[in-house]
Amino acid sequence: MTALSLENLEIAQGDRVLVRQTVTVAAGEVLTIMGPSGSGKSTLLNAILGTLAPEFRCAGDIRLEERSLIGVPLRQRRVGVMFQDSLLFPHLSVGANLAFALPADVKGRAARATRVAEALEQAGLAEFADRDPETLSGGQKARVALMRTLLAEPRLLLLDEPFSKLDTDRRAQLRSFVFQRIIDRGIPALLVTHDVEDARAAGGAVVSPLGEALAV
Amino acid sequence: MLLSKPVSGGVADALLRQTPRLTIGLLLLPVGAGIFGTLAPALGWMPALGGSALTLDAFRSLIAWPGFWEALRLSLVTGIVSTALSLGLTLWLVASWQGTALFRTITRLLSPLLSVPHAAAAFGIAFLIAPSGWIARLFSPWATGWTRPPDLLIVQDPWGLTLILGLVAKETPFLLLMTLAALQQVDGNRSRILAESMGYGRVTAWMKTVLPLIYPQIRLPVYAVLAYGMSVVDMAVILGPTRPSPLAVQTVTWITDPDLSLRFQASAAASVLLFAVIAALIAWWLTEKLAARAGQRWVFAGARGARRVQASRGVALSLAATSSALVFLGMLGLALWSFTGLWRFPDVLPASYRLTTWEREGPVMFGTATDTVLLAGTSVALALVFVIGCLEAETRLKIRVHPASLLILYLPLLVPQIGFLPGLQTLAISFGVDGGFWVVVAAHLVFVLPYMFLSLADPWRALNPQYETVAAALGAGPNRSLFAIRLPLLLRPILTASAVGFAVSVGQYLPTLLIGGGRVETLTTEAVALASGGNRRIIGVYALAQMILPFVAFALALIVPTLLFRRRRGMAIS
Repeated sequence: MTALSLENLEIAQGDRVLVRQTVTVAAGEVLTIMGPSGSGKSTLLNAILGTLAPEFRCAGDIRLEERSLIGVPLRQRRVGVMFQDSLLFPHLSVGANLAFALPADVKGRAARATRVAEALEQAGLAEFADRDPETLSGGQKARVALMRTLLAEPRLLLLDEPFSKLDTDRRAQLRSFVFQRIIDRGIPALLVTHDVEDARAAGGAVVSPLGEALAV
Repeated sequence: MLLSKPVSGGVADALLRQTPRLTIGLLLLPVGAGIFGTLAPALGWMPALGGSALTLDAFRSLIAWPGFWEALRLSLVTGIVSTALSLGLTLWLVASWQGTALFRTITRLLSPLLSVPHAAAAFGIAFLIAPSGWIARLFSPWATGWTRPPDLLIVQDPWGLTLILGLVAKETPFLLLMTLAALQQVDGNRSRILAESMGYGRVTAWMKTVLPLIYPQIRLPVYAVLAYGMSVVDMAVILGPTRPSPLAVQTVTWITDPDLSLRFQASAAASVLLFAVIAALIAWWLTEKLAARAGQRWVFAGARGARRVQASRGVALSLAATSSALVFLGMLGLALWSFTGLWRFPDVLPASYRLTTWEREGPVMFGTATDTVLLAGTSVALALVFVIGCLEAETRLKIRVHPASLLILYLPLLVPQIGFLPGLQTLAISFGVDGGFWVVVAAHLVFVLPYMFLSLADPWRALNPQYETVAAALGAGPNRSLFAIRLPLLLRPILTASAVGFAVSVGQYLPTLLIGGGRVETLTTEAVALASGGNRRIIGVYALAQMILPFVAFALALIVPTLLFRRRRGMAIS
């Protein structure tokens, strides 16, 4: 089933075309965009989030589950994003960070706390709810950040080099954790990276920002 | 073989090491002595006036004054309400517009308002909303049917609403600028994107993720606004209620009364106000704690924010625009009045223009303006020596800055002026130094210095320390590196800080009035003294001059570095 499709998507800054994509991503699949920095990888993510700076021109269509995202406010897009930094809110406990993402229709403090505890358990971080995010290791922070993103029930996951700040061991662990969650949830994902290992592990197609297929 | 001299001079370093201590003394001593000099007479101790026994008589006679409770209530209400409104408007505006092109325009429009002295802004607003003011004229007689100014008490209304309006118009730009400075240290934009991607509305996202991070940094400015609002005199004389007036205004009336026995009662009133401000600050702090608790629950519940809230951004924008338009148009109206010949109600514009007012008032006003500039210039020059001395000591001697030092810096802004200036005046009189130019400079310094320090400290600390390393590697000693490298590189922020200090000095009312003992006159004391006369033409002349001085200072701070470094692209404003 096609979940995400980029149709004749072209993003340019002045005369320079940065992104050219016509591609579909099925549910549970990961499309990897690979290229050196400044090549337009993040520009593509910004276009999908709807946060492109005004100096970029964007043509074509972005469709998520048959619904065009063009012009839709970010808050209604249901696109989850995970950045290089975990961006856990420093003023909130780990548990409150997760509760922040949990939809408001899960009512009642106890019910919400249960859902948060379940998510932490899945991430192998049971009993971490009251911890200060600053006391977590890089890998732990990244896992909390992913669980937080997923708790908001996105229909598409964007991964903006989420593994690049970790050492090799943790990197492999976190990769398989992230990709397993994507398969479990059955949502499409887009991974932006400049690391060949990341691209291989993702298992899906690998393309450059300009849409050329890359062999890894 | 040539041996280079040791790079740090012993005497200079010793002096530099003492600068922070001297500065702290310069700020703490007047405040501490002033509070003592206020409390002592309140308790009956003032030997010069024959008071040598500790009694509560002064407080008894104060409470016996029929207007006491109402005056105290007015001080509390106008201070707290204006602070809450200014803070609310600031946060609402930032939450709903931060990161947009429009937001940059708004901040550029609001920041010049900061340099308008409170008294001038108050006159401008009074002229706009008075029954015979511009707004009434615009709608008369076609909409209102008024052919004469209606008999309404709008300005100086008994509830203090006009005073609150004036305070909000002046304090919102201040809090906005402080918020912007705090925001530079927070990655607010990515937090917002993250929260919005989870379905949060812009305003709700900002309140839940950014506000908790920046509030600790704007807390002291908010407290300063609260203390100021509760004890303001100049703005309250012009816009505030009379019979009774807020307690601070009444206190000044008693202090300046020829009947010296009223001094005891005045000191009691000043002490009451001092404690009222302390109580209000504690109450505000407790409210913060409660709000933070409630905020945690609010975050945990995950509510995304009603669409209504997100749609309200237009309201925030129009409120901010209105409050700044009030000041701008008010100033314009005053400028017009100073050139007016005949301007009958309900004409929107004067029927004739004349230079008579300027010709008649000009010479005297010009003399006062010169005194104002001298006073402000001297204060700024002295403050600059202390501020740069402190910062240089910090850099050169690698002094770690204690968090409490920020509190000391804010102390003169947190203790209400009326709480310590009367005592300082009493002390100045008993030492026989009241009314002198230099004593008034010293009093201004207490307020000019903190603002200049706050303005310069961030750019100073942000300067790349590697310039210093390069200079040292090339053989420059610390003094040469200061004068040839650091100060020129920081010329722009130094001049901006000086302009801030200049504006603060020009706007000072109470220190000039009380410490100057009526013998030192500035545009501000003159303008406020004109308030009761109600001659709009003369008020226009003084208010305009009062506004032009800081404006020129800020313009110079902008133009001078640009001219000096016109061939240096690296020195341009980025």
